[in-house]
Amino acid sequence: MRYLPLTSDDRAAMLAAVGAASIDDLFVDVPAEARLDGAIAGLPDHASELAVERHMAALARRNMAAGDGPFFLGAGAYRHHVPASVDHLIQRGEFLTAYTPYQPEIAQGTLQMLFEFQSQVARLLGTDVANASMYDGSTACWEAIVMARRVTRRGKALLSTGLHPHYRSVARTMANYTGDVLVDGDPALVPGTDWAALAAAVDKEVSCVVVQYPDILGRIDDMAALASACQAAGALLIAVVTEPVALGLIKAPGEMGADIVVGEGQSIGVGLQFGGPYLGLFGCKAKYVRQMPGRLCGETADANGKRGFVLTLSTREQHIRREKATSNICTNSGLCALAFSIHMTLLGEAGLRHLAGINHGRAQAAAAELAKVPGVSLLNSGFFNEFTLVLPKAARPVIHELAEKGILGGVSLGRLYPDNDALANGLVVAVTETVTEEDIAAFAAALKEVLA
Amino acid sequence: MTALNRAGWRPEMNAGGVDDTTTFTGNRALMLEEPLIFEIGGSETTGVDFDEAAPAADLGTLARSAPIGLPGLSESETVRHYTRLSRQNYAIDLGLFPLGSCTMKHNPRLNEKVARMPGFADVHPLQPQETVQGAYAVIHELAEWLITLTGMHSVAMSPKAGAHGELCGILCIKAALEARGEDRRVILVPESAHGTNPATAAFAGFAVEDIPATGEGRVDLTALKARLGPDVAGVMITNPNTCGLFEREMKAISDAVHAAGGYVYCDGANFNAIVGRVRPGDLGVDAMHINLHKTFSTPHGGGGPGSGPVVLSEALAPFAPLPFVTSEDGRFRLIEEENAGEDHPQTFGRMTAFHGQMGMFTRALAYILSHGADGLKQVAEDAVLNANYVLRSLEDVLDAPFAASGPCMHEALFSDRGLAEGFSTLDVAKGLIDEGYHPMTVFFPLVVHGAMLIEPTETESKAVLDQFIGALRSIALRAKNGDPALKSAPHFAPRARLDETLAARKPVLAWSEPEVAPGTPSLSEIGGS
Repeated sequence: MRYLPLTSDDRAAMLAAVGAASIDDLFVDVPAEARLDGAIAGLPDHASELAVERHMAALARRNMAAGDGPFFLGAGAYRHHVPASVDHLIQRGEFLTAYTPYQPEIAQGTLQMLFEFQSQVARLLGTDVANASMYDGSTACWEAIVMARRVTRRGKALLSTGLHPHYRSVARTMANYTGDVLVDGDPALVPGTDWAALAAAVDKEVSCVVVQYPDILGRIDDMAALASACQAAGALLIAVVTEPVALGLIKAPGEMGADIVVGEGQSIGVGLQFGGPYLGLFGCKAKYVRQMPGRLCGETADANGKRGFVLTLSTREQHIRREKATSNICTNSGLCALAFSIHMTLLGEAGLRHLAGINHGRAQAAAAELAKVPGVSLLNSGFFNEFTLVLPKAARPVIHELAEKGILGGVSLGRLYPDNDALANGLVVAVTETVTEEDIAAFAAALKEVLA
Repeated sequence: MTALNRAGWRPEMNAGGVDDTTTFTGNRALMLEEPLIFEIGGSETTGVDFDEAAPAADLGTLARSAPIGLPGLSESETVRHYTRLSRQNYAIDLGLFPLGSCTMKHNPRLNEKVARMPGFADVHPLQPQETVQGAYAVIHELAEWLITLTGMHSVAMSPKAGAHGELCGILCIKAALEARGEDRRVILVPESAHGTNPATAAFAGFAVEDIPATGEGRVDLTALKARLGPDVAGVMITNPNTCGLFEREMKAISDAVHAAGGYVYCDGANFNAIVGRVRPGDLGVDAMHINLHKTFSTPHGGGGPGSGPVVLSEALAPFAPLPFVTSEDGRFRLIEEENAGEDHPQTFGRMTAFHGQMGMFTRALAYILSHGADGLKQVAEDAVLNANYVLRSLEDVLDAPFAASGPCMHEALFSDRGLAEGFSTLDVAKGLIDEGYHPMTVFFPLVVHGAMLIEPTETESKAVLDQFIGALRSIALRAKNGDPALKSAPHFAPRARLDETLAARKPVLAWSEPEVAPGTPSLSEIGGS
């Protein structure tokens, strides 16, 4: 067995050294009725690398990869080109096979990277500080709602109808068990957001208002007025960003007054990976830092006065505070944070703005082309790289027909809101730099055929 | 080009010259200092080329006009920056990483290769179901393995890491109690538990109470039984426990908890010690998370991503979260919100967007298939043998508080008893760094004074263990004899001991441009002088 270095002679010598007659002597504390003597029945024995690779490759071939044809899916996960050096660097064993940096003297690589990551994320989101990552956007969103409860000592959260339905579903699930009160609902197929209504609804019982930007239908709006309304009522404004590339082109939520900004960092450096592992981004105003969940890396000095980095403010965390911790999170998304940080370093400010500009331009071109298909209209008045089309019939079967033609043509609102017939004709289409003009033409032609 | 930091070069500007302990650059041969990207990057530098110009956008007042402040590097500079940073890390690829309870074992590279196959890596979670049958097949196949290896009824695959899995199990318990119409508010947790256990129970709205331990390091069954009652929702027990011992009376614990109307959560962080040799399902467990990044060797990546599938008993299975995959006639189907009413009406809900850590599932499945049933059993046996070898080889120089309790499982626990006045576990740990090892887990579990928890794992050879034992023996003797050099260790690491108090008292959590004193020389001025 290629991963196990002990030889039979080693095992015999070691058993003798510990005074055991056989390996079973070391499992003596396991009650006889729970001990398995042979290998578990019905399972195959070990396999060669070649055999395992063959098996896994056969499974992989049963999937249609995004790169196999024109691809337009988004709705919380975006396909961007990731430079080759990103994946090379995250596979360096010193990053890949390190643990959480508990011993900072020999973990400065990870720690400095996390400090750089936190700094990049804070600047991107427009917040004072950002943490060292959460699991993903959806769990970061719930953690932000819990944090707002701690800060305001109120338990009622208003969720915009433009929030990703999975994020809303996670919050609903958790609130069932924590006693938090949520006000939420499905979006309407209209060009504008529900933010003005939220601003009117926020009152002294509300802990936070949660908006997504760009939202699930791709709509964008200015949140400054909503931020003022929240501030006046003593509530926090939480902004959720599921497509961080957008922040290369549109104002950061922090700039517009959001108190907590969370996000899904997957679209920079991480890749689609069928939904995980992804990367939860979490930033906030400096005054709330001691109520933040998750790990934080901070600058300090070593005994010789040299600059160095450590995990800090750990008294918020479970391994110190146990049941009084701000969250139960331990392992987060370190390697995904590294991928994000490397990709962001390669882009730099100029590259990010350029990338965002191409995304926006390509999406505008696609929207114009697709809206020419008979019976199809564009819902949004403004968008970044994702928009909603209204089809003349239910979008969900259309998606399946498009897939048969080799085109992955977006996410139907029927998939996201299966119980809401009013949304059935909606189709959310994302267009990134990976989409070519030929892809757009092929999509428009196929859509025309399917709808004819 | 606009440099974001006009102060330029850091960290050690020894412009005044060098003596025999310093160098001009602060580097020492292969030990290379590396500035922050903010100190070397520019706002107009980029390492990415685009084939086209970006068209002008018309976003009105939403346009981001102010500088973002993100530094860019060329590709060559980027590769060098991160490569230099990587060399300041210890890693399992470099040597023994005996962090107790963390299971730092070899990460096979086949698993990395498999996870990067485009059919897995380049697939969107919301693609039409007929286009992702292979992805569902991976989830299903791994789920079957986990169910069989644990002897449990079913498994929830979506939790993102161990603590998220704990939350999943605890919410299943809460939903089951609600279905029974009972309002039980207390979860019992042993003092030796991981901090995530009480934090999870509290996060889900439970009150947490301690279960005492016996003198031999196991749960005190009598005390536990005395506390059980109609207010107790369940217990969270780690088995093997964090003292490295198997909870001999686990079945009796489960029976007592069940008789009192509660549920048994098992923290599966230490499943590596028993995989293939013991099925938690035979011990009366109702829910247990499995850290795929521990037992099944998906890489820790400097702090994640993890993956924490939760195996469930028949009693808790109806409450499992969405989504999950079912199989009918070789076709796989996703059960999520829209069809749960029909197929899974009692689900407690959803824990995360999409379907869980697919990239970890592919790696874990490749690992499991590589080992097979026979190999996984050997994994547990070698892990336990290696830990016992460490325990018995060092108990004469380091206090092993539970050495008399019998063999340990996958980890060996020592305390700081017997070290010289003023010397602690921390000094032993930092001494190990100078010997070329990552230290063991320190000051955990809390039930032992100055705990040192050593988990060698099965992927270490006898020769490696012999050298480690020799090194730790030598450090233990130095700590017992009060060697002052140990107090200032490490001496040979990229950094000496770091000031954690300063970091917490004046938190600097993001880079900001430093004030530059007038007359500070720039790099080119220093280099040219």
